[in-house]
Amino acid sequence: MSRLLPHPALSVAIFLVWIALNNASSSGHFILAFILAIGLPVLTQRFWPERPEKVKLLPAIRLFGVVLWDILLASIGVAKLVLGPIDRVKPAFVEVPLDMQDPFVGTLLASIVSLTPGTVSIDIDRSRWVLQVHALNVDDAETLIKSIKTRYEKPLKEIFSC
Amino acid sequence: MSIWVEYLISFLILVGAGFTLLGSIGLARLPDFFMRVHGPTKTTTLGVGAMVMASAIYFTVTGDGVSLHEVVATVFLFITAPVSAHLLTKAALHIASRVGK
Amino acid sequence: MLNTVVPIAFAMIALAMILSLYRMVIGPDMTDRILALDTLYINTIALLVLIGIYMDNSTYFESALLIAIMGFVGTVALSKYMLRGNIIE
Repeated sequence: MSRLLPHPALSVAIFLVWIALNNASSSGHFILAFILAIGLPVLTQRFWPERPEKVKLLPAIRLFGVVLWDILLASIGVAKLVLGPIDRVKPAFVEVPLDMQDPFVGTLLASIVSLTPGTVSIDIDRSRWVLQVHALNVDDAETLIKSIKTRYEKPLKEIFSC
Repeated sequence: MSIWVEYLISFLILVGAGFTLLGSIGLARLPDFFMRVHGPTKTTTLGVGAMVMASAIYFTVTGDGVSLHEVVATVFLFITAPVSAHLLTKAALHIASRVGK
Repeated sequence: MLNTVVPIAFAMIALAMILSLYRMVIGPDMTDRILALDTLYINTIALLVLIGIYMDNSTYFESALLIAIMGFVGTVALSKYMLRGNIIE
């Protein structure tokens, strides 16, 4: 099982992407997608870093919904800021201490932070496990850190149980 | 094509073009590099996402069969936008620290 | 309805591209220019998708997908170069 399917999630992703790229047009593509989904993970097995194994599905779907909604809010927020007076904007660098030490989950958190309102992640300091964030308009750094931790980090820790 | 589908596609196209424009306005107007990153990563990505969704609905309605490859493009854009923003800010910070020394 | 909306959207995206180009020309830093180039790539994707709807031809989408991939790889390579002075370590 593990030798034939070293990365089940990757296999499923490859299968779906191939089907979608060909608009599910013919049954031949389903066979080809199946072959690629089995073959590619085996061939590229040695390139992939270790990942947390167990993934809880229900919190993942909930987090996906939250992030999707926040992307919409983020764009509207940036739009308002861009069109309004720029002098009153208060940008700042903020450091968010992380409660986990997993490179994969950290990367996921950094990407989510980049897409959601007011913040772009700059770097994860691997020696101290601190996420450096640039915030576009910050009134109170403490509230920002707290909101990142409760809104995104806690669900991520729940999903990957780390 | 029913009139409601046409309204939906038009709405998505306008929202997409609007957000794309707003992202570029942010890029041109904001005063410092780290603020400028916010515009393209969030606003432009969402704009193109909406535009691509309009295209998906349009070709599903007019063509034969579902048009799914647009979904792949949207997912790709949303995965890559934070990565390029991250690398660019990291590079900018690196250069700033080198100049500062 | 679409016949009126699509030209308006064309104009908006063209304006967006001009603004990105403006940022690319004035800089002031190299990273600003790379960011502007990246935005220009994304604007081009929007333009190509729109042309696909305008021409009623889904083949344009393939080129939009290609530009998305090229733009991402280009941006990553350029930022990596800014960061380290070489692209492949």
